[in-house]
Amino acid sequence: MKRWAGRLAEALITLWLLATLCFVLLRAAPGGPFDTEKAAPPEVQAALAAQYRLDRPLPAQYAAWLGDVARGDLGPSFQYPDYRVTQLIAGALPVSALNGGLALLLALALGIPLGVWAALRAERWSDRVLMFGAGLGLAVPKFVAAPLLVLLFAVTLHWLPAGGWGDWRHVALPVIALALPNIAYCARLTRASMLETLSADYLKAARARGLSETRLLLAHALRPALLPVAAWLSPALINVVTGSAVVEQVFGIPGMGRYFVQGALNRDYTLVLGVVLVVGALIVAINTAVDALRAWLDPRLREAG
Amino acid sequence: MARTTSVLQRYGSALLLALLPWAVPARTLERGNGPEPSTLDAHRCQEVACGNVLRDLYEGLVTEDAHGRLIPGMAQRWTLSPDGRTWTFHLRDGLRWSNGEALDAPQIVASFRRAFAPATAAPFGELFDALLNAQAVQAGKLPLTALGVSAPDARTVVFRLQRSASLPALLTLPIAFPVYLPAVQRYGAQHTRPGRLVSNGAYRLAAWTPQANLLVEKNPRFHDASGVAIAQVRFHVTEDAAAELQRYAAGDLDLTEVVPPQPLTALRARFGTQLRLSPYLGAFWLGMNLEREPLRDTPQLRRALALAIDRDLLARHVTGLGETPAYGIVPPGIEGYTPAATPWSKATQAQREAQARALYRAAGYSSERPLVIELRYNTSTPHRRLALAVAAMWRQTLGVQVRLRNEEWKVFVQNRRQRAITQVFRGGWIGDVPDARNFLAAFGSDGPLNWTGYDDAGFRQRLARADAAATEAARNAWLHAAETRLLNADAVIPLYYYTSKHLVSDELRGYEANALDRHASRWLSFGEGAR
Repeated sequence: MKRWAGRLAEALITLWLLATLCFVLLRAAPGGPFDTEKAAPPEVQAALAAQYRLDRPLPAQYAAWLGDVARGDLGPSFQYPDYRVTQLIAGALPVSALNGGLALLLALALGIPLGVWAALRAERWSDRVLMFGAGLGLAVPKFVAAPLLVLLFAVTLHWLPAGGWGDWRHVALPVIALALPNIAYCARLTRASMLETLSADYLKAARARGLSETRLLLAHALRPALLPVAAWLSPALINVVTGSAVVEQVFGIPGMGRYFVQGALNRDYTLVLGVVLVVGALIVAINTAVDALRAWLDPRLREAG
Repeated sequence: MARTTSVLQRYGSALLLALLPWAVPARTLERGNGPEPSTLDAHRCQEVACGNVLRDLYEGLVTEDAHGRLIPGMAQRWTLSPDGRTWTFHLRDGLRWSNGEALDAPQIVASFRRAFAPATAAPFGELFDALLNAQAVQAGKLPLTALGVSAPDARTVVFRLQRSASLPALLTLPIAFPVYLPAVQRYGAQHTRPGRLVSNGAYRLAAWTPQANLLVEKNPRFHDASGVAIAQVRFHVTEDAAAELQRYAAGDLDLTEVVPPQPLTALRARFGTQLRLSPYLGAFWLGMNLEREPLRDTPQLRRALALAIDRDLLARHVTGLGETPAYGIVPPGIEGYTPAATPWSKATQAQREAQARALYRAAGYSSERPLVIELRYNTSTPHRRLALAVAAMWRQTLGVQVRLRNEEWKVFVQNRRQRAITQVFRGGWIGDVPDARNFLAAFGSDGPLNWTGYDDAGFRQRLARADAAATEAARNAWLHAAETRLLNADAVIPLYYYTSKHLVSDELRGYEANALDRHASRWLSFGEGAR
């Protein structure tokens, strides 16, 4: 219990440092949220600045913003004044979580069996073909893979829409685009780890005791072999759930990834800070959850902790 | 027997009615709309994306037909006083908001006051600088009631101007749309949500998913509802032009907002008549900072730079989507206005280049002592291509050494406005209204829009004469004189006039090219045989 309280305090301090650093960096960037091509007259600029508290000294703005955050309000968006940042994120996070979650599930559901299969057929041609495919999946960037998927499934075959957001059909292609490199990575990771596990002494002993290969695999080899996969889960989950700006832009998906890019380009201070805070909190939460999962997979970690 | 028939009739027709929508599903118009609209508050909208949606949701006193011609909107007719300073608009009978409430002249006046209230911070307020007290009211120096708009009765709106201006064209801008103030008072900035946003146009807001799409449906209370063919319109956020093209090719969109830069022949081969290119009321030019060396006191050098660029080559091979070479900064297509041109526009390219070399030498530069200059633009592939081409032409013809500087948008905008470090920079203007003054006004001010720092009493005097003119013809003549003076001073290097570029489904009817590139959904319909 004490350990978890410590972790929470650590997390809060991390988030605060992150937000502060981000606040300073944003304000150091040249140009402001209201710098547009057809610049408004000075009086209008002043009215806007006052509405967004930009007319106050920087420390006062920082304090006011922190106060808002403490009350659960991330402030109004500069670029989208009809929305609070909280509302924008509340709309975008579930979209990214759905896409990312499905992509990762797909990656695990395909990557682990493929990896195990490749390990069992190590160095045979099927293993080589599979690993070549995995290498390709890793090497092809998403901004190439996503338009190719669109070209094939939407423009040529007309099976799925080329983009947009509405029903399940809009989810399919982006999930595949997000999943591809993850399937590849997961398969390679599982294969390598499986090969190592299969050559471990305790498995040799078990095999000598006459255990069947299937039982050996499922009961004794799989769990330890999945440890590296579990360790990879944390960055992978963070990566997919916080959204991919590329995939979201190509498919026109209203997720979190685009807010990172747009928010920064538009100097939407509150939006960027809000996204950074929420994603930061998410990273802390996911890391904690994955630590717990690893402890379950590997008893040694439990004792050490 | 009679009773049975009536029951059959009743239930039969009810059944038919219930089945009808399923049997013949009304087709939704799927429009690509570029980036996410920044706001649906008409008074705060400043970009194309929100303008497109707001033009479907609202109607001003004056509106436009499919060809962009001004036609009656909320106002049935209007008159101008003999002195050119008072416009009187007479409203139609029975105008209603989308929630069914009556819409009258005092509400329109109240909406204007809200638009010009300092707290609204309306970005287009300054376009209304001709409206009596508009600038002082927006600056907070006069009360809202001092604004030159009034309602002598429930069906008349009167505007008082402090100089002559073509007011009807201005009234098609979102800032002149009537915003429903009870919703603003109740919900503040969030009054633009579906279920809260009350409008008066051909459509009303049905759904809004930020960063994805916006759905509007036909407004049965619109005065011309019977003339609106398409029941629902979905505006899709299509930030990436290449992705938008694919969505169109896949059949997900009926109309795109742009066309990505691709070779014209390939686009034509692929899309045929669906590719619609037409003149757009915008001019692209390079600006020169007249407050800094080496361009400050060297008109010869500035003209040499302007002459050395082969605009035909640029339009054919660099921009390549139907753009036309420009020799002025007011594009053609403004009714009653004759665009001005640089004094050398009739010369051949060979003559221009010879003259350019002579002027370059006369300005004291040579191959031993070449001009070294910075050309600044905001990061984007088309701008880079153009900058590279211009730099190559300057080098080839004159031997100028050009340093290309690309900057992220906000940084670029700031640098250009401050005039402190720029030399030559990407400029240009897209008209908000079809009025030459809209393209020229910035050069007569010391404001943030005068990126070149051009400061000429003669130019300002001509603008002032135009403002004081009693007739439209005299006003345009003075504006033409002002443009000529600006071009003769070589403060800008005109390069080309814009085109609007869209892909329009063959099944869509009623789409007409127009200079401001406005295409309200109420004029569109799906043709016979459309799915």
